[in-house]
Amino acid sequence: MRWVSEFRDGSIAKLILERINELAEHECTLMEVCGTHTMAIARFGIRQVLPKSIRLVSGPGCPVCVTTQSDIDRFISIGQIDGVVLATFGDMVKVPGSKISLRDARAHGIDVRVVYSPFEAVELARQMPNRKVVFVSIGFETTTPGIALAIMQAEKERLRNFFIYPANKLVPPAMKALLSFDDVCVDGFICPGHVSTIIGTRPYEPIATDYGKPCVIAGFEPLDILQAVFMLLMQIRYGQAKVENQYRRVVRPEGNEAARKAIYEVFEPNSVEWRGLGLIECSGLKLRSKYEHFDALLNFDVQVPPTSEHPECQCGRILRGAAVPTDCPLFASACTPEHPIGPCMVSSEGACAAYFRYREVSLS
Amino acid sequence: MKVINIEGVEAEVEQGGTRLRVRADFVEDVNVGDYVLVHAGFVIQKLDENEALETLRLLEMLGMGVQSTPVAEG
Ligand code: SF4
Repeated sequence: MRWVSEFRDGSIAKLILERINELAEHECTLMEVCGTHTMAIARFGIRQVLPKSIRLVSGPGCPVCVTTQSDIDRFISIGQIDGVVLATFGDMVKVPGSKISLRDARAHGIDVRVVYSPFEAVELARQMPNRKVVFVSIGFETTTPGIALAIMQAEKERLRNFFIYPANKLVPPAMKALLSFDDVCVDGFICPGHVSTIIGTRPYEPIATDYGKPCVIAGFEPLDILQAVFMLLMQIRYGQAKVENQYRRVVRPEGNEAARKAIYEVFEPNSVEWRGLGLIECSGLKLRSKYEHFDALLNFDVQVPPTSEHPECQCGRILRGAAVPTDCPLFASACTPEHPIGPCMVSSEGACAAYFRYREVSLS
Repeated sequence: MKVINIEGVEAEVEQGGTRLRVRADFVEDVNVGDYVLVHAGFVIQKLDENEALETLRLLEMLGMGVQSTPVAEG
């Protein structure tokens, strides 16, 4: 495939690995903050071919995984209200809430529809004027512009049976927040390629200048990731901390302004809870008052009992880079993609799912 | 993914035999034959083929051990 296979060239990969080996004198930990990177690193066996001194850890880059247990419990309970249809991206269906997942709830009669795009949720509302369609609105900067546009469309049509459960989040505030945890040690960030397509390079500047952490925005093919690792090691070697863009074929320094305009027409930042990271200032998005009538939380009365999570599940620590899936005693024994205990094993972008699926892979 | 058809803000894209109908509200000047990045039903950016070639050239040089003052700045 054009513009894919070129970035999978094994002979160049070997040469870049040699360069990386020359640079890898000291132990260092690099964090990727994007579920697609997590998957690519596992799928291409990149962790296994890097020198032992380089540790790759996953951060809060999987939108399903960082959604809190109480959000999950709350939208499941909204789904149980008479006349409600829940529309959600597929990954959310199997995520365990405190008592049940959407999949279990579906078996008990709640109406859950999997959509690929937020516009499909709007279409459901159009088709079922007598039902209330609630879209589970999760995702980072990459996903939110489309959701904003869908809401604007619903407003234009005055669809009053369309709602969202607002749980969208912003990545850079979480990157800063995780650096303040005592159990986290990160020497550089592999910054999310798709998120950066929207936000550009600027939002990472404070992470480099104020926190002294090298940042490299990277693409998703093996050569992209290896080049990003090389670029980070160069910065570390020369004592630099700056923002570099390896994924220039897609990420423009200024990002995508039209997409950002859509987000901020409909939403404004607020402080929200992240799984594993707690409350982070200005890291979430709520509907502006002009669009508040789409907010499911203002339209439905939801009371949920206190949440509960499996005491041994390490998702919280994994999501801030303080642990890797194999540190979890339940990994691949009690917890598997068939019987997931935490969200990191469910989502196709979750670290545990990636480790599980590609346990035996090594770059060839 | 490669754009194979456009009607207004809707585009049809294809990769490895998979075809999708997506919207292109956020990216100007999307044309048939362009390579684009698609996410949750939307085109979020066009691929810049010159930049792609430049990155490949850098990678090759890097492989050969020619590292001018590091890598280009973002
Ligand atoms: S393996 Fe399962 S239980 Fe352990 S951290 Fe991952 S999701 Fe949680």
